[in-house]
Amino acid sequence: MQKSTIAFWCGAAAFLAFVFVLTRTIGNEYPFFAGYVILQFVVLSVAWSILGGYAGYVNFGTNAFFGVGVYTAVLLLKAFEAPLLVQIAVAAIIGSLLGLGVGLLTLRMRGIFFSIATIALAIIIETSVTNWRFVGGAAGIQLQRPPVTPPFDSYVKMLFFVQALLVVVAVATTRSIQNSRIGRGLQALRDDELAAECTGVPTLRLKLLACVISGALISAGGAPAALYLQYANPESAFNLNYSVSVLAMSLIGGTAHWIGPVLGAILLGTTQQLLAVTISSEVNVLVLGCMLVLFVVAAPKGILGLFALLPLRKGKRT
Amino acid sequence: MIAADQMPLLRIEALTRSFGGFVALDNINVDIRKGERFGLIGPNGSGKTTLVNCISGALRPSKGVVTFAGSDITLLSPNQRSHRGIARSFQIPRPFRSMTVIENLMVALDFAAHRHLLESALHRRDAAMAVLTRIGLAAKADSPTATLTQVELRKMELARAMATGPKLLISDEAMAGLSTSEVDEVLDLLISLCGEDIAIIMIEHIMQAVMRFSERVMCLDAGRIIAIGTPDEVMGNPRVQEAYLGT
Repeated sequence: MQKSTIAFWCGAAAFLAFVFVLTRTIGNEYPFFAGYVILQFVVLSVAWSILGGYAGYVNFGTNAFFGVGVYTAVLLLKAFEAPLLVQIAVAAIIGSLLGLGVGLLTLRMRGIFFSIATIALAIIIETSVTNWRFVGGAAGIQLQRPPVTPPFDSYVKMLFFVQALLVVVAVATTRSIQNSRIGRGLQALRDDELAAECTGVPTLRLKLLACVISGALISAGGAPAALYLQYANPESAFNLNYSVSVLAMSLIGGTAHWIGPVLGAILLGTTQQLLAVTISSEVNVLVLGCMLVLFVVAAPKGILGLFALLPLRKGKRT
Repeated sequence: MIAADQMPLLRIEALTRSFGGFVALDNINVDIRKGERFGLIGPNGSGKTTLVNCISGALRPSKGVVTFAGSDITLLSPNQRSHRGIARSFQIPRPFRSMTVIENLMVALDFAAHRHLLESALHRRDAAMAVLTRIGLAAKADSPTATLTQVELRKMELARAMATGPKLLISDEAMAGLSTSEVDEVLDLLISLCGEDIAIIMIEHIMQAVMRFSERVMCLDAGRIIAIGTPDEVMGNPRVQEAYLGT
């Protein structure tokens, strides 16, 4: 195994251990309640960047995948009282199937047309769920949390830990894509799809793969939100805000390296949480917009570009 | 039955391609041998690049069959054709702009059909450097493609095409804008490739290059073959002169 890979997994283990220790030592639930959202955005942004960053297909349908994750959990809870891990696993499967569908769109559509089609997809799915009585329809549905699993002493803390696990899964997946020939192939097709094809890159297969993995991770990241809020309704589960936030986080962080979306999500997610507490949750959107404009003008390659981390990508792969 | 070594590498039969009502290629029939140096000429808009697109898979022909190394490839995607040994450069260079020169070649090597021969990334890097050295771009290996001149971009495209390990290389005006000595340099390179049994279809407007390079020349005009034969025969053909100079 390469040195950097060992370092990465040591870091991941240390992160999870740290999160676990936090859940044992801090009594107050609120930090976990807020931190959960930040971790959730890390998962979504990293997952989004597989398709949006490496492959250059800007997916505006993050909310579709997220909502599908939420409602898969709702359905499983209501029909079978399925445990949390089953909800996440099934959400990942459904998300990957939806990803396959989005992948087929890339056959015919590129650029802005692809992005618009993904918005349309989100609207179609939201409308279907709104009219589906079994999962609560437009009014939404209240959900009862099952008893918490030891060693955790509160459900929110457990969800926080589970979301941290998903962060590790998402980052490890993205990192392995970035360091493999798949990453280089995606980068090539982002730069020039025809030239990539003629150079031997199976562009359709790579695009489908990127869509499937990205979709599975986003839906998996959305599944625990059902029990986190103990409530789900189509309007919030399929909120376009998810798409916009995730896009902003990835772009502000920088999409050339997996660390970019992680940084972007932590920076923007933390800012949003602080603003929501101190001022109002509506100001979030304004700040998000301003930061996006600021970064697009001043640092088009995001935080990564600012720190010129790019050489990392070529030589030492981390 | 034709013996395997005499079988053409590429066979184009009754190939027609139309865009709406406009017939860009009309009933093209041609065979290209293994290792052949084949010149393709014709005035602007005569269908040269359309033919290249039909061979490399960027376009599907409206009618007709393309056979490569004995199998029908008419419906294959460009990447499948690349794996079978068809490589091309583009008339207007299409580099992977976010990458360095060597990374451009690494794309070809990472996805090449002969990848198993170059198992480790280190071997692939060596192979890429070897191609760059051969084409005279070794000094630029780690430069971003955005910093290259047009001439260097064209050379890089040839290098990237060579890195896929082709049996047939299509060079679409790779020499446009090159100085006389650079043209000779690229010609020597292409001729040496043919010595390794790589067939080359060269599209070029620089006549002395076509004359020096080609064993056979084909001239297209308005989507039809108006002459095919040795360079001297084709240049002497009155229809070719008419197409180029007008009446």
